[in-house]
Amino acid sequence: MATSATAKAQPARATQSSSIPTLCLIAGWLVPGAGHFILRKPIRGALLFLSIVAMFTIGIALEGKIYQPNTGDLLDILGFVGQLGAGLLYACARLFDWGHPTVLVAVADYGTKFIVVAGLLNIVAAVDAHSLANGRKAS
Amino acid sequence: MTITHFTAVLLFALFASIVFGITQRAEPKMMFRFGAFCFVLFVGGTIAASWLMYFIKH
Repeated sequence: MATSATAKAQPARATQSSSIPTLCLIAGWLVPGAGHFILRKPIRGALLFLSIVAMFTIGIALEGKIYQPNTGDLLDILGFVGQLGAGLLYACARLFDWGHPTVLVAVADYGTKFIVVAGLLNIVAAVDAHSLANGRKAS
Repeated sequence: MTITHFTAVLLFALFASIVFGITQRAEPKMMFRFGAFCFVLFVGGTIAASWLMYFIKH
C-alpha cells in the first residue's frame, strides 16, 4: 500500500521539479494560449488565443485607455497591473502607441475594460497551463 | 469602431465564457457546459440589472 503510494508520488515530484510548468506559465503570460500549446493542447490554446487577442483588439478598436505605470493614482496602478497581464500584447500597445491615453467617448470606457479583462483572463489561462503542467489539474 | 452596448455585452460574455470554461473545468463536455452557463449568467445578469435600473428610475 505504502509502496504504491510512493510510486504514485514520485512521478508527480519529478514533474514538479522540471522547468516545464514555469516555462508554460511564462510562455502563457507572454503569448495567450502558448502554455497550452507547449502541453500539446492545441485546441484549448487556439481558443484561448483567439478569445484573449479578440478582447484586447476590440478594446483597442474602441479607443480604450492604455494605462501607464507610476502615475500615482491607485486605480491607474490596478488598471496597469490588469493590462500587464496581456504580456506581449501590452508591450506592443505601448510600443506602437495603440489605444488612447485618456477616455474621450463613452464606449471607450468599455474598450478600457475589455483590455484590462483580456489581461486578467490571460493570467488565468497561464496559471491553468501551469496547473496542467505540474499535475495539479487533471487534463 | 462603434458597437452598441448590447453587442459589447455579448462579445464580453462570449470571450470571457470561453476562457472560464477551458480553465475552470477538466473535461471537454464539462468545459462546454460551464462556458454556456457563464455566458447565460453574464448576459442574463446584465439584462436583469438593466431592468432593475429601469424600474428604479421610473
